[in-house]
Amino acid sequence: MWHTYLRPKTVEEALQMLAEAGEAAVLIAGGTDLMLDLQQGRHPPVQALVDITEIPELRALEIRGDELFVGAGVPLNRVAASPLVREHAMALAEATSQMAGYQIRNVATLGGNVAHALPAADGAIALLALDARAEVASPHGRRRVPLADLYLGPGRSALKHEEMLVGFWLPLTRQKAASAFRRVMRPQGVALPILNTAVWLAREGDRIAQIRIAVGPFGPVPRRATAAESVLCGHAPDEATLNAAVEALLREARFRTSRYRATETYRRHLAGILLRETVGKAWQRAGGE
Amino acid sequence: MPTITLTVNGTPHTLTIDPGETLADVLRYRLGLTGTKIGCQEGECGACTVEVNGEAVLSCIYPAERADGKSVLTIERLAQQRDHEFILHPLQEAFVEHGATQCGFCTPGQIMAAHALLEHNPDPQPEDIHHVLKDNLCRCGAYPAIEDAILAAAHSLRTGEPPPPPEIPASAYAGKVVGRPHIRPDAVDKVTGRARYTDDLVFPDMLHAAVRRAEVPHGILRRLDVSKARALKGVVAVMTAADLPAARNHGVLIDDWPILVGVGERIRYVGDALAIVAAETRAIAQEAASLIEAEIEPLPVLADPLAALAPDAPPLHPSGNLLKHIKVRKGDVERGFAEADVVLEHTFTTPHYDHAFLEPEASVAVPTEDGRMEVYVGSQIPYDDRRQVAAALGWPEERVHIVGQTMGGGFGGKEDIAGQIHAALLAWKTGRPVKLLYDRRESLIAHPKRHATQIRVRIGAKRDGRLTAVQTELYGDTGAYASLGEKVMTRATTHSAGPYDVPHVRADCYAVYTNNPPAGAFRGFGVTQSNFAVESMMDMLAERLGLDPVELRRKNALRVGSTTSTGQVLRESVGLLECIDRVDAEVRRLSGEADPFAPRPVPGEPHKVRAWGFAAAFKNTGLGGGAPDDATAEVELLPEGVFEVRISSAELGQGLVSVLQLVAAEEIGVDAEGVRVLVMDTDRTPDGGPTTASRQTYVSGNAARMAARVLVSALRSTLAERYDVPPDQIWPQPEGLLLGERLLRWPEVAAEMHALGREPRVRYTYHAPETKPLGEGGDMHFAYAFAAQAAEVEVNTLTGEVKVLRVVTAVDVGAAINPLALKGQIEGGVVMGIGTALTEHFIVEEGRVVTDRLARYRMPAFEQVPEIIPIVVEHPVSTGPFGGKGVGEIVSVPTAPAITNAIYHAVGVRLDRLPVEQEALTLPPRAGAKLFSSGGTRV
Repeated sequence: MWHTYLRPKTVEEALQMLAEAGEAAVLIAGGTDLMLDLQQGRHPPVQALVDITEIPELRALEIRGDELFVGAGVPLNRVAASPLVREHAMALAEATSQMAGYQIRNVATLGGNVAHALPAADGAIALLALDARAEVASPHGRRRVPLADLYLGPGRSALKHEEMLVGFWLPLTRQKAASAFRRVMRPQGVALPILNTAVWLAREGDRIAQIRIAVGPFGPVPRRATAAESVLCGHAPDEATLNAAVEALLREARFRTSRYRATETYRRHLAGILLRETVGKAWQRAGGE
Repeated sequence: MPTITLTVNGTPHTLTIDPGETLADVLRYRLGLTGTKIGCQEGECGACTVEVNGEAVLSCIYPAERADGKSVLTIERLAQQRDHEFILHPLQEAFVEHGATQCGFCTPGQIMAAHALLEHNPDPQPEDIHHVLKDNLCRCGAYPAIEDAILAAAHSLRTGEPPPPPEIPASAYAGKVVGRPHIRPDAVDKVTGRARYTDDLVFPDMLHAAVRRAEVPHGILRRLDVSKARALKGVVAVMTAADLPAARNHGVLIDDWPILVGVGERIRYVGDALAIVAAETRAIAQEAASLIEAEIEPLPVLADPLAALAPDAPPLHPSGNLLKHIKVRKGDVERGFAEADVVLEHTFTTPHYDHAFLEPEASVAVPTEDGRMEVYVGSQIPYDDRRQVAAALGWPEERVHIVGQTMGGGFGGKEDIAGQIHAALLAWKTGRPVKLLYDRRESLIAHPKRHATQIRVRIGAKRDGRLTAVQTELYGDTGAYASLGEKVMTRATTHSAGPYDVPHVRADCYAVYTNNPPAGAFRGFGVTQSNFAVESMMDMLAERLGLDPVELRRKNALRVGSTTSTGQVLRESVGLLECIDRVDAEVRRLSGEADPFAPRPVPGEPHKVRAWGFAAAFKNTGLGGGAPDDATAEVELLPEGVFEVRISSAELGQGLVSVLQLVAAEEIGVDAEGVRVLVMDTDRTPDGGPTTASRQTYVSGNAARMAARVLVSALRSTLAERYDVPPDQIWPQPEGLLLGERLLRWPEVAAEMHALGREPRVRYTYHAPETKPLGEGGDMHFAYAFAAQAAEVEVNTLTGEVKVLRVVTAVDVGAAINPLALKGQIEGGVVMGIGTALTEHFIVEEGRVVTDRLARYRMPAFEQVPEIIPIVVEHPVSTGPFGGKGVGEIVSVPTAPAITNAIYHAVGVRLDRLPVEQEALTLPPRAGAKLFSSGGTRV
C-alpha cells in the first residue's frame, strides 16, 4: 500500500510529481476503481498516489468558446446534474446518471472512467458518440486527441505513465441535433453493462444529416459503429434503413461471450434493439415526432 | 507517514496515517466512531456512507489522506444532546417509528445517504429516494419502511411537525400489549450508531487473527510451512492442526469439519482452514497468513451430487458421499398416477445462494483472569457455540462464556461456526484477546450456503384438478461438510408436494457431499427450492387442464382435517385457504376487468408485457421430526420494578426481543416498557435453543410466557400471605400489584419479596408438543405457517429485462404479536424472494467460488423493490403464545415461483431454473409450443 499521498494543485505540479516519483506513483482521481484494485491485489503495489481532484482546472465544467469543457476530475453526479451537459450532451447526462451508485458518483470522475479503459465504460461510450476530444497533458505540453486514440486494449489506456487527462472538449449542440444513451444490465452479478449504445444525430427535414453511434463493448476498445453510421446518414430512420443499419452494425461488431454475463448471441440481439431505441430517442429529441 | 487534520462531527483531529488507511478505518478504529459500518470493503453495500463536506461518500474506499482539511459528518452527530436530553434527528425518529431498522447494520449508511439527499432535495419523491439510495443495500429488505421513513422525515423537516407515524392495524386477537404495533427496544441504539456489533469491540492488548485457507477444492495437504509467517514482525502466534489441544473437528450436528486440516489430511473445499495467525494488527495477520506455504496434492473435484454419487467417485468422508437418503411415503403413487387423467413431469434446478448478511462474521475471544474464555460473537445458537468452543479447547462447557452481540443479520448463515473456535484457540495460545473478522470474500467462500438442488416432479391429477399423486426426486448439494444438510433436505422433501392434500406421495431425496462450499441453513430451509419446483408444476398443470391457477390450488389446499405428505392430520391453524382467497380477491380488485393471468401489453409500449403469477406455500414451525424442542426462560422482577426476561435465543434483526417483551408484558399485565429482555449470553441467560426453523416466537415465546405466569403466581401467593389478602383479589397493574384496595408498586413488590427471603425470579423450561420422526406418521411438526403470494411482473420482450411491479402477500401467522415487526418480516421476505428469483446467483465452478465479492453477488437493491401489499391472516395456534406461530421463513418461500409463473403468463417462457436469465426471455416462443424452458427442455 502507498506510503505517500500527494495533492498537487496544478496540472504542471501533478506532472512533476509523477515524473519525480517514477513508476511507483500513480494518479488517483475518484479512486473508486483504483482503491478496489489496490485493496484486492489486482494492481501492482504503489508507493505514492497523486491525487488530482484538487486541481481547479480539472474540476471545471463550462462553455469555452464554441465548446463545452468537462474537466476530467468532475464527479459524475455533477456531470449528470449539469444543465450545460443536459443541453449539449444529453447522452453523457444519461450515461453518468446511471453509473454506479450515488455515493460513488460523488467522487468517481469522467476522467477515471476513460482512463480505466474498459471497452464498455458508459461515460466513454457517450463521449465517443458526442465526438469529444480529450485534452492530455504531458511533460512535453498539451494536446487534444480524439477519444478513440486513448485506447490500446481492454483495460489498457494509451496514456503514458507521465501523462494525464485534463478534460474533454465537446461540440455545442445545434439546431435539430440531439443525443441519447441506453444500456442493458444483467441483474445478477458484475456491475458492468451487457451492452450500451450512445447515439448523436443531426436532422435535416426527415433525413438524418449526420450521425455518430458508439456501442460498448463493440470490440476490445471503445470505437464507433461507422458502418451503421454510413447506412443511416442521409436517410430517414425508417424500418428498412434501421434494419440495414443493424445488419451493418452486426457485421462490423466484434461481440463476444463474457462468461456469467452475456452470450454473444444475446449481445447481437440487444445491439439491434438498443440501436433502434437510441436512434429513435435522439431523432425525437432532435425535433421529429 | 503523512499527517492529516480533519474535522469529524465538529471536532478537529490531527492524525498520522498508516499506509492504505481509509476514512472508514480512521473513523472506526482511530476515533471509535463505530456507527459507520464496513459491510463489504468494495464500495458495494453503502453501510459505510458518511458525509464529507456535505456530500455522501463511501468511506471504505475513501483514502484517509483525501479527508485532510475536510469536514466529516457521521451518524453519531445526527442526534443532538440538548440539556441532558437526547434529541433524535427526524430521520432517526422516523426510522424508529416506521420499523425501518431491523438488524440495523445498514441503518447508519441508509440514514446518512438519506440525510445527504434531504440536504439537496427537501421534498423528495419515491423515485428520488431510489436513485440516491440505489447502492444502500438492506439484506433484511426493509426498503418499503426505509422509504416511508425518509418521506416522513422530509415532511417533518419541511413543516417542523413530528414525522407522521405509520398506520399499522392491530391484530384481530390483540390484547393490551400483544398484537399492537411496538417499536423494537434496540431501535434507538441502531439509528444512532450506538448499537455494538462484534467488530465494534476493542479490548486492551487485543490481537487480530487471520486464517490461511486452502483455496483448493479437493486435495491432500502434503506440506505446510509457517516459518515465514512466524518470522514476520508483529506475529504473536501461528497455529496448525498439530497445535490443536483437543477436538480436531467441529460441526453443528455432525463433527465432520476439521478445525484445521493437518498434513496428510484431506482438503474438501476452498474454505478449509490450514493455519491461523494472531498478530498485533489485522494487516500483519493477513500478510502472515499469505506467507504460509501449503503444498497440496490436487484431487479430482466432485463438483455436483451426480458426480459425487458416481460409482468410481472417491469418498470425501469415511461414510461415503451420500449424507442421507430421505424418503417420504404416503399411499401408493402408482395407483395415484393410474387414476390420473393427466400426468406431467419436469425437472427444476436451483443454484447455491448466499445469506450475504451485511455484517461479516466476527468473533472476539478474551481469556479471563479466572481461567475462562469469553467469546463475543453474533451467533444464532450461543449454547452450541459454547459446546463447540469448549470441545476445541478440551474444557468443560462452563469454562466458556458466549457473550452475544448485536447481529447484522443471520438468515441461517450464523448457525455453523468456525471463527469462534479459531479466535478462542489463538486467545488460549497467546493469553491475549483475539479478534477474528472475516472480510467479505472470506465470508462468501467459507460459510455454508443454501443447497443447490435438482428436483424432478411428477404430478398426476383428475380432469377437475384434484391431485391424485405427486412423486418427487431431489438431489441436494450439501457440499464439503454435513452442517445442517440432512435437516434442510428433509424439509425440502417433506414439503415437496406443496401445501396440498395429495392422496399418494412418494419423495426421495439424496443429500450428497461434494467439493463445493458446505450447504446448510438458509431462510426457507430447503422449502424455498422444492416450493419453486412444485409451484411451477402446479401452474403447468393448471394450463394443461385449462383451469385457473388459483382455483387449482384452492381445490387441493391443505385445510383443517387434511393429511400432509408425512401423514400428519392438521387439526387447527391452517389459514391457507384464506391466504389464497384474500390474495386472489386483491389481485382481481387490482386488475379490474382484466384476467390477471393473461398478458397485458403496456399502452404505448407494446413491447412491455405485464401479467400476474401466483404461488402458495407452507413451512413448518419448530424443529419437529421427533427432536426435543425446548427453551428455558427466566423472568425476574428487578429491584427497580422492571421485569427482565432472560433467554439465550438470538436476535438477528428479526425482532425476537420485542416478541418476548410483548408476550411477557401481556402475561404479567404491565406495559411493554415494564419488561426488558436479555438474550444470547450463556452465563446470564438460560438455553433457548437454536434460532432456526422459525421456532423462536413459538418455543421461546411460550417459555417466556410460562416463566412470567409462574412468577406472577408466586408473587400473588407470597404477598397474599404477607398482606392477608385472598390471592383472587390480587391483580397485576402496569404500576404494580393491586392487593385489594392497595397498590403495591413493582419496586416495593420486589423489596417485599427479598425481605421475605423469596427471590422474585422464575426459570421455566418449555417443552414444545412432542413430534414424530419422519416415516412414523403422526405430527411431524407442532405447527405450520402458510402463505399465498401473487406477483405482477413487467417483461421487456425486446431486452428480456424483468421488473416486479407489485406483490400481494398473505401470510397465516397464527396471531400477530408485533404487527410493526411482522410487516418488516413480510416485506423483507418478499424482497429476499425477489433476490432468489431475479438477482442472486452464487456461482461455484469446479469447487471454486466465482461470486466471491458482493459486486458479483447481487442482493436486491431499492430499484428491484416493488409495491408490496401485505395481508396478515390469523388462524391462531391454541398452543402458541397468544396464538402466534413462526413467520421468519414462510414470508419468502413462494415469491420466486410467483414471479416465474408471472413471467410465463406474460411471455410464455417457462423458467425451470433459478435465477431468471433475462436472455431466455428474448427468445420468441416456438410455434405450436407456448411452453418451453430456459434450460432448453421442451415440455
